Amino acid sequence: MKSTYESALRELALEDERLMVLTAENRASIRGLPAVLGSRFIDTGITEQTMIGLAAGLALRGRIPVAHALAAFLTMRPFEFIRTDVGLPALPVKLVGSVPGVMSEANGPTHQALEDVGLMRGIPNMRVFCPADLQDLAIGLPHVIRDPAPWYIRYVDRPTVFEHDPNFRIGAAEVVTDGNDVAILVYGALFREAHQAANLLAADGLSVRLLNLRTIEPIDRDAVIESAKRTRLLVLVEDHFSTGGLPSIVGELLLEERLTARTLTIGFGRRWFTPGLLDDVLRVEQLTPADLAARIRRALETPSHA
Amino acid sequence: MDSLIAADLSALALRVRAHVIRMAAGGGCFLGASLSCTDLLVYLYARSLDIDPDEPARPDRDYLFLSKGHDVPALYGTLAELGFFPVSRLERHLSVDDALYWHPNRAVPGVEFHSGSLGHLLSVGIGVAYDLRLRGSARKVVVLVGDGELNEGSIWEALLVAGALRLGNLVVVVDRNGFQANLPTEALVPLEPLAAKFEAFGCLTVSTDGHDFGALDAAFAPLEAPRDRPAVVVARTVRGKGVPSIEARADRWFCRFTDLEVEALLRELHGASEAALQSEALLVR
Repeated sequence: MKSTYESALRELALEDERLMVLTAENRASIRGLPAVLGSRFIDTGITEQTMIGLAAGLALRGRIPVAHALAAFLTMRPFEFIRTDVGLPALPVKLVGSVPGVMSEANGPTHQALEDVGLMRGIPNMRVFCPADLQDLAIGLPHVIRDPAPWYIRYVDRPTVFEHDPNFRIGAAEVVTDGNDVAILVYGALFREAHQAANLLAADGLSVRLLNLRTIEPIDRDAVIESAKRTRLLVLVEDHFSTGGLPSIVGELLLEERLTARTLTIGFGRRWFTPGLLDDVLRVEQLTPADLAARIRRALETPSHA
Repeated sequence: MDSLIAADLSALALRVRAHVIRMAAGGGCFLGASLSCTDLLVYLYARSLDIDPDEPARPDRDYLFLSKGHDVPALYGTLAELGFFPVSRLERHLSVDDALYWHPNRAVPGVEFHSGSLGHLLSVGIGVAYDLRLRGSARKVVVLVGDGELNEGSIWEALLVAGALRLGNLVVVVDRNGFQANLPTEALVPLEPLAAKFEAFGCLTVSTDGHDFGALDAAFAPLEAPRDRPAVVVARTVRGKGVPSIEARADRWFCRFTDLEVEALLRELHGASEAALQSEALLVR
């Protein structure tokens, strides 16, 4: 089956001749595009720095470059090029990082992008889109491409098992379920496990609020604040280091709002995960729906010191 | 080259050098690196590049990217002399009320992009050159790099890509003044044989005297012919060119001089004997 990302990007490219597709020899998600786009497709080879500089040059000429590489290499090898040549001048370059977080499976720590969201969000002017799956990605893509800001897209190609809200707004989370006992804030690949965990908790009679955050920068401030105010427990789920991830992002927000919240953070803290096939990683790292539900139940049962 | 034209260029370069030396007063500037590429910038803007000072952002223009960046006083002086902005604006060098700081930025008319982090603008220039070709434009992109900057791997990576993309509208000009910040290049990370390296990377490579306008004309003229690969001009220059008391010295890169020293340097530029300089040497930023 054709990737919905490729077809969505092809459609956008065919309706706007400013769009150009770049890759540092990472073609997995865009194999059909060279034949369609001709000279508007550039494979620079394994040269992430040059690709970013080249994208900035194209953007100076009025183009909208969409640049692809593995998330770990795209965000770290050329970090300063992104910061200086794309972020600083706020050029409309879209960076698409593939196999982020757990999606890198058995590649090992060299390929584990677990700091990408924090790094990209840390650059002024940069915006960050973290879709839950292919359908979510395809829904958000046109909005992100048409927005004049530079963006980092944390590419997740997990098949969709949930029908997402087709109404997409930058800075708006998708409220999947609403409730008052516990709020689960999640983005990216672990949305599926968080969604199933929410169903397990709801079956136990808990009232669960589940947010698919979608854009991390800008983040849906109101939805996060509402979650902190209204529920007994805030659960942050991500396949990312804690530094620069949701604990940092939500923490900043609560501090600005002078709020506190009981919080359970689920992620990788300050360590890399055990490499393996996705299902095995989820099991070993206690990220299966049953694991998440159990960890949330335990947190709810622990007496609050507040 | 017509001797009258060469005389005009020399007079223009002399005025630009005077501006550059004045920028070494007060907070100072990267004087040595600016004086080495002054003749290159004067030549390029006056003789080679088609950029309208009254409409510097016109889409159909040639582009010059100043990649090493800290040589920007020479660019400020050249742009001011050619009418991109008033010469009087140079008095606002380092003022927080203007944007004429130690590295280039786009708030200054004629400056295409910010730089100063070394090894960036060749890849940015590749993007611009690619788009010009894609749109069928015959315009060219010139990227001026320092020789110390050639330590950066991103330069060589970008050259590989420029060759792969067959960018015949791209010209890299190396300000080969022989020094990086603190040391002669050959004493730290030797670059020679430099021209042979560019040739091995598939570039049409020309070496020239970077202070002789006739030689520059001879070097750049053949680059106007159509080609399917990038070109490199290795321009041999002298750090601090024009004022012998600071010429070719490792310790005169960033300079901050008193007003009296600047006056002495200006007299020296115009033929007087060497200035007596007391200010601390090698204020490395």
